[in-house]
Amino acid sequence: MNDNQVIITHNLTRRFGDNAAVDGLSIRIEQGEVFGFLGHNGAGKTTTIRLLNGVLTPSDGYARVLGFDPVADGPSLRRRTGVLTENPSLDERLTARENLHIYADLYGVPVAAVNERVEHLLEMFEISDRADDKTGGYSKGMKQRLALARALIHEPQLIYLDEPTSGLDPLAARQVRELITHLSRQEGRTVFLCTHNLVEAQRLCDRVAVLEHGRLLALGTPVELGQRLVHHQRVEIEVGPADRSRAAEVLNAFPNLAEMALEGDVVSVSGISRERIPDLIAALVGAGVRMYRVTAQEPTLEDVYFALHPDREEAE
Amino acid sequence: MNSRAIRAVIRKDLSAVLRSKAVLIPLILVPLFLLVVVPAITVFAGGAASSASTTGASSDIAQLLSMVPEGLRTILNGYQGDQIWVVFATVYMFAPLFLVLPMMVSSVIAADSFVGERERKTLEALLHTPLTNWELLLAKTLSAWLAALAVSLVGFVLYTVVVNLIGWPTMGRVFFPNLMWMVLMFWVAPAAAGLGLGTTVLISSRVNTFQEAYQTSGLIVIPIVALVIAQSVGVMYFSVELTLLLGLGIWAIDVLLFWVGARTFKRDALITRL
Repeated sequence: MNDNQVIITHNLTRRFGDNAAVDGLSIRIEQGEVFGFLGHNGAGKTTTIRLLNGVLTPSDGYARVLGFDPVADGPSLRRRTGVLTENPSLDERLTARENLHIYADLYGVPVAAVNERVEHLLEMFEISDRADDKTGGYSKGMKQRLALARALIHEPQLIYLDEPTSGLDPLAARQVRELITHLSRQEGRTVFLCTHNLVEAQRLCDRVAVLEHGRLLALGTPVELGQRLVHHQRVEIEVGPADRSRAAEVLNAFPNLAEMALEGDVVSVSGISRERIPDLIAALVGAGVRMYRVTAQEPTLEDVYFALHPDREEAE
Repeated sequence: MNSRAIRAVIRKDLSAVLRSKAVLIPLILVPLFLLVVVPAITVFAGGAASSASTTGASSDIAQLLSMVPEGLRTILNGYQGDQIWVVFATVYMFAPLFLVLPMMVSSVIAADSFVGERERKTLEALLHTPLTNWELLLAKTLSAWLAALAVSLVGFVLYTVVVNLIGWPTMGRVFFPNLMWMVLMFWVAPAAAGLGLGTTVLISSRVNTFQEAYQTSGLIVIPIVALVIAQSVGVMYFSVELTLLLGLGIWAIDVLLFWVGARTFKRDALITRL
């Protein structure tokens, strides 16, 4: 086992009756990674977190997390992990400060450090002003921020975040994304990020896994997945004003392009495979079109997701 | 054993309970009704009835004495006139009813703690903490049990004051509590709290709401009603020996309930029901 690998699963499976919520999952995650776990609702993301944290037992396969077997060493493992559950799961009859103090005790934060850490998190998540109000009266965003603060109260090595920006306003969502980056890049913590927000995953994740009906569909960096799974790209070509119509003629004659558009001096084409881009440039050069810029747009995770789910793209 | 974490869960559960009207109102009203209002009405009504009786107080008392078991008759014969009614009502008749208090309190808090936590969707975060299944069960049962003991003790003190006050004109001295009530408070009441608690924990895996759990666990007062009736018709009375035995029997049931509860209290099962 590589010392840097904080999560290893092999054929991890959890069935509920005949339905496999997680089906033969095999992944390896390294320390300090922001690992994105993508999938629509019910894909098995939350069940995977529960399995990895020793809250659910697998029906088959195994996991090693931070060197622990989640089934046998659950308490020791959970002391080192923090979880932001899909629902904030706060006791709404208690105040924010009380919630944090109780979880500091539950996670064994050194007694001498509790007050300072609680105050720091209240400040950091901008809850200080209402720290002594019952959390039942908080907005959804405030609850989410407090739940995130609670997940970090014991400074865990591994953090599971289940839809962390769900319900947050754009500013708060950006703060959370910055925090995730900070936790990973500056503090070396591993972040396991469950989301169906593909833009967020694209921005934050070093690698992503795409899950459907509990099965792993794809695994890799966003760039790798794009190159491997998205075979048609969009290319922008900037041409001189005098060459616009000639460029359009060449591109119209070029076989199997999905779409061509002309906007100012920029001609864009889509539906071209990566391998055919040099041919396209050669055709334009051959026709005497003077080009100032050719940009192939890297496929996004959204492109990857829809490449894996063509039926959904049609539905969209 | 992670005692700090266990204390944290107890603190969390009890702090939350003290801020919930649905839980707090029965915890205040039931003791007041059971230990103040009902005894006062009973003693005063008994006294008024014997004063108004055409045949006089002595024949009512004689009828009462003829109904009770031999051992209790011997005890009551040590008192005179209306004192017999006061002692019978406050010391013996209310003894089984007092047990409703620890049972009810532990049931309400356990229903809030086990089922209410699931209903409010606060359980998952707790299941992701380092607490073991055993520690979590222990913490949640202790919070309900300790609260039941505290309320019972307060109720016992309140009842002691009320009974001595309303009995003073007749008795002319402090006559309560006797040894049997001390056994009832410190031996049987903790067991009764465990009975309410254990029953609710078992029920909690089969119901989905706090109200359902509380209402279903309310069925455990049936044996208490049986004790009240049995004593009223003279089948038995709360002697010190019988009270000690009763406590032993309830403790035995508690151990059984807790054993079964511990076997069914599994993280996997709890989270699957969320």
